[in-house]
Amino acid sequence: MTKSELVEKIATQTSQLSKRVAEAVVEQLFESMVDALRQGERIEIRGFGSFEIRTRNAKVGRNPKTGDKVSIPQKRIPFFKAGKELRERVDS
Amino acid sequence: MTKIDIIDRIHEKTGLSKKESSDVVELIFGTIKVALEAGAKIKISGFGNFVIRNKRPRIGRNPQTGQEIEISARKVLTFKPSQVLKKAVNSQGLENRT
Repeated sequence: MTKSELVEKIATQTSQLSKRVAEAVVEQLFESMVDALRQGERIEIRGFGSFEIRTRNAKVGRNPKTGDKVSIPQKRIPFFKAGKELRERVDS
Repeated sequence: MTKIDIIDRIHEKTGLSKKESSDVVELIFGTIKVALEAGAKIKISGFGNFVIRNKRPRIGRNPQTGQEIEISARKVLTFKPSQVLKKAVNSQGLENRT
C-alpha cells in the first residue's frame, strides 16, 4: 500500500472528508513525524510502535572495489520498534 | 511526541476539528495496521517503508542457563527509513560533531 492508496482508503472510509483533505491530513501526519525525528525527538504511537533516533559511531569502512580505507563519520539513524499489539497481530 | 501532538498539528493546518482530526489519525494508523496484518508492504514516500519479514526458526540460548532453545519461525515488522528521512535526521547537530 502506497501513500496515495492510503489516502484513497481514508477518503472512502470517511464520508465527510474530501480526497483533498484526506491527502492533506496524511501529509501532515508524516511531516510532523519527520519534523519530530529531525529534532531528535522520540515518537510514541500507542498500539502501533515507537520511533527514535539512534547514533551510529564513526567507523573505518572500506571501498569494496578498491579496498581503500574510508572514514565513515558518526551518523544518526531513525529506528522503529513495533508495539506489542502490532507485533503480535503481524505474527498471527 | 505522541498522537496528541500529531492531532493538534492536523487541527491547526487543515481546519478539521480536534475530534475529526483525532478520528482520522486513528483511522490512518488503523488502516496501516490492518494492511500490515494482511502481510502487505506499506510504502510512504518521504518517510519510509514498513515491511513484514519472514524469519526462519533458529537455535537460541538462554543467556542465564546456557540452555539451547529453538526460536520458532515468525513474522516480524521492520521499518526501512527513506533517504529523505535519513537525511533529515542528520541535518541538525552537524556542527557539534567535529
